[in-house]
Amino acid sequence: MAESKQVVLRTEHLKSFYILDMQGTQKVVKAVNDVNLEIYENEIYSIAGESGCGKTTLLKTLFNEIVPPQRLVDGKLYYRINSEEVDVTTFSAEEKRKLRMEYISYIPQGSMSVFNPVIKIKGTYEDFIGSHVEVKNRDEIFAIARERIQELGLPKNVLDVYPHQLSGGMRQRVTIALASSLNPQIMIGDEPTTALDVVVQRGVIQMLKDIQKKLKNTIIMVTHDMGVHANIADRIGIMYAGKIVEEAPTEKIFDMPLHPYTQFLINSLPKFGDKTMRESVPGSPPSLADLPTGCPFHPRCPHVKDICREKMPETIKVDAEHKVACWLVEEEFNG
Amino acid sequence: MDKLLEANNLTKRFSQGNVISRAILTAVDNINFYIKPAEIFTLAGESGCGKTTTAKMILGFEEVTSGQLLRNGEPQTDKEKAWITEGVQAIFQDPFSTFNPMRRVDAYFHETVYNFKLAKTKKDAIDWIDQKLQLVGLTYQDVAGKYPSEFSGGQLQRISIARALLTDPKLIIADEPVSMVDASLRMSIVNLFKQLRDELGVSILYITHDLATAYYVSDRIAIMFRGKIVEMGSVEDVLMNPRHPYSKLLRDSIPQADPNLRWDSRVTLAELEHEEYSRKGCRFAGRCPEVMDICKTVVPPDVRIDDVFVHCHLYEELEEA
Repeated sequence: MAESKQVVLRTEHLKSFYILDMQGTQKVVKAVNDVNLEIYENEIYSIAGESGCGKTTLLKTLFNEIVPPQRLVDGKLYYRINSEEVDVTTFSAEEKRKLRMEYISYIPQGSMSVFNPVIKIKGTYEDFIGSHVEVKNRDEIFAIARERIQELGLPKNVLDVYPHQLSGGMRQRVTIALASSLNPQIMIGDEPTTALDVVVQRGVIQMLKDIQKKLKNTIIMVTHDMGVHANIADRIGIMYAGKIVEEAPTEKIFDMPLHPYTQFLINSLPKFGDKTMRESVPGSPPSLADLPTGCPFHPRCPHVKDICREKMPETIKVDAEHKVACWLVEEEFNG
Repeated sequence: MDKLLEANNLTKRFSQGNVISRAILTAVDNINFYIKPAEIFTLAGESGCGKTTTAKMILGFEEVTSGQLLRNGEPQTDKEKAWITEGVQAIFQDPFSTFNPMRRVDAYFHETVYNFKLAKTKKDAIDWIDQKLQLVGLTYQDVAGKYPSEFSGGQLQRISIARALLTDPKLIIADEPVSMVDASLRMSIVNLFKQLRDELGVSILYITHDLATAYYVSDRIAIMFRGKIVEMGSVEDVLMNPRHPYSKLLRDSIPQADPNLRWDSRVTLAELEHEEYSRKGCRFAGRCPEVMDICKTVVPPDVRIDDVFVHCHLYEELEEA
């Protein structure tokens, strides 16, 4: 299974910073700092991390939507289009526009602001689909929309209502249906289940999995809820201060977390039937504009050593699928 | 039994519309519960189940439509809103909107100290504030002269807990206190509640949708659904062995941080919330996997099994037996 996997999206030393000019002094927010990813076809890859660790910026960069003050400082971003790897960072605005919806689509977090509140849902569908598909009339667009909506088990009449008439969970599901309507290769979700009720969240996760199974495409999503990761993801990347510090298949992350930060994240979660004391990660996340030297986690790490304060550890492969960037592991691994 | 706060047949109705067409929505429907001294009581449920409305009624922000709220056995009347400020304090969901961004954080502390005449001199005031801040792991030096933007969400939430502690409250109403705080820092807030209960004997009404932290922190729990308490008892009983079909669904829907415990069944979601509010019999009947004919027409009774109250027709016979 692992051998024949096709890489669909690949990044090389991706660096994307926010460069702010404040009255002559330059402030650089290193939101995506040297990220190397390989994301395969037919998988759900999810990225975990605290707020302010650069998750959303990473997604925007992967979506190839970089708007100042965000800038792509360095690195390459490859998509696999028609079995060929293409560097999309050099694409023109029109080329990028063509890829959206059809090749890569985006599911935003706040579904409240996705739909125009003064037009019916079908108006939004018309705008989105109509700008990508050559059709003779509107009915063809609605046929595409209706088909997907019915496949996903949503009520038929959602196209004919205004956004405020739908509950939050329904609106989120309609948003996901919209993002999937042109069968994209990659779907990117920015906290697609956050701010929903637990039962609704379960329904939305169920729907995302259904879509992925049906289209056999790739979903890249970000969430801070480790419970959601455990339920949906095939592989998990743990992000801290703009870097992916650990990456492994879901079972490995939960059974054998190697990075101290991952260990904290997992051990701090309360479990049913277990009332033993849980500790949260000490301290607070660093500012991306003023990163500590060396490993960015060292001020909060209980196992800190001298080298951690000086040098950022290299990402090493513990096994074929498990990567981690930590001096502790490096020492153990290299003897 | 000693009851710090008791709600008897508490009801809140909201009416929408005008003279010609009026819709009445019962947000909280005849609920009964009590909170003992030094315990953490959780009200859990999804959004729109009436948990925040209940908190607002206890705090006096919303008028009670019918029913009674008793503190130490004394009813709350309009004139006695004072007990709200003396014995009860609140912590809200979003720490960033709790504090005015243009105002220094320590100003809130000094204001409360001044309003409640808690100190005679400035030095006494600072000592008093420092003492309360130390309970949450901060010092006066940490907050003096700083604006809310200089703190993280977790820190601000701890500051708002310290502010609530200034008046030595007996009861803290915490409305979704951790849902805006980062997952990695949540436990520090929740552990703080445990510490307050054990060391200061403060009771906490913990309102949340997160059953995992509710299990971890609380002593007793009530599960609310569309304005009704459907199940109430100790957390061990209610969460480890849920009896009401809705409690079961809610408990099963918590994503467990363990890839071996993935969901294997599917859920049906409610299409219209309003329909559930106006349903005649049991409000969960439309989605309940164990629905019977009686559920659609007759409001279920409150059945007591061991020490757990269940609001469901399924257990009716058990009580008669």
